Amino acid sequence: MTCTEFLELLDDLIDDTVSVPIRSEIEQHLHKCGHCEVVFNTTRKTIEIYRSHELYDLPPDLRERLHAAIMERCKRGC
Amino acid sequence: MSTIQSIAGENEQHPDVALVDRVRAGDVSAYDELVRKYERQIFRIAQHITQNREDAEDVMQDAFLKAYEKLDQFQGNSKFYTWLVRIAVNESLMRLRKRRTGRMVSIDEDLKTEEGSVPRDFADWAPDPEQNYNQSELADILRKTIQGLPQGFRVVFALRDVEGLSTEETAEALGLSVPAVKSRLLRARLQLRERLSRYFKRKTAPATPSGIDGALAPHKGN
Repeated sequence: MTCTEFLELLDDLIDDTVSVPIRSEIEQHLHKCGHCEVVFNTTRKTIEIYRSHELYDLPPDLRERLHAAIMERCKRGC
Repeated sequence: MSTIQSIAGENEQHPDVALVDRVRAGDVSAYDELVRKYERQIFRIAQHITQNREDAEDVMQDAFLKAYEKLDQFQGNSKFYTWLVRIAVNESLMRLRKRRTGRMVSIDEDLKTEEGSVPRDFADWAPDPEQNYNQSELADILRKTIQGLPQGFRVVFALRDVEGLSTEETAEALGLSVPAVKSRLLRARLQLRERLSRYFKRKTAPATPSGIDGALAPHKGN
C-alpha cells in the first residue's frame, strides 16, 4: 500500500468502515510508515477534540428566551 | 397512519415521528419537545455557518418557525432532525447573503483552494496536547482554526463530525451527493489537522532530517 492509497482510506479507517483484509493492509502500512501513522493519529485526535469541546454553547437564559419566543409565535400560528 | 422511518427496522419508529404526528394533530406541546430537543444543535450549526452570534440566534428562531409552518411538507422519508438541519442551513445561507448585500452565498464557496489536501506536517503531537492550554485559550484556537476553513468544508465537518450526522444525512441536509460529502470531509479533516498541528505538535521533537520517526512514537500504548 502506498501513502496515497492510505490517504484515500483514511476516512473509512477513522469511521471504522473498512473490511478486515483492508484493515490488515493498512496496519502493515502504518507499521512501516511513520508519516502516515502521525497523520492517522492526529486526524483522529482533531475530530475527538472538536467533538468534546463545545465551541458555541447556548447559555441557559438565552436558550430559555429564544425557546419562549419560538413557542409564543407557534401558538399564535407563526 | 404513522410514517415508518426508512432507515429504521420495520417495527421500529423514531420517537420524533410520534411527536410530529401529535403536532400535526394540533398539539403544540409536542413541538415544544422537538424544539427543546434540537435547539442547541441548530444554534451551533447556524453559528458554524454564519460565524455570528446574533445571526445564529435569528436563524435558530426562523428555522423552527419555518419547520412548524411547513410541517405538512415533511414527508417522513428522512428524519425530522435532518429535515430541520436542511432548513437551518438554508436560513443561515440566506442570512449571510443579507449581510453581504445580496452577493451569492453557497456552500460551494471558496472550494478552489487545494490547501491541505495533501498532508505536509508530519510532526507528532504531544500526548494530551489540549492540556497545554487553558479552556478559553483552547476554545479560541479551535474556533479560529475551524473558522479559517472554506465554508463548504466547514459545514460538512460541523454536521458530520461535530453534530454526528451520518454521511447520507449530511448529504441530504446540504443537498450534496454522498461522494461530494466524503471528499469534502477528508479535506476538512486534513486541513484542520494541519492547522492544529501548529499548536499541538510536540515542542521538544528531535530534528530528524528524514522525519521517519513514527515507529518510535513514545506515547504509543500509554
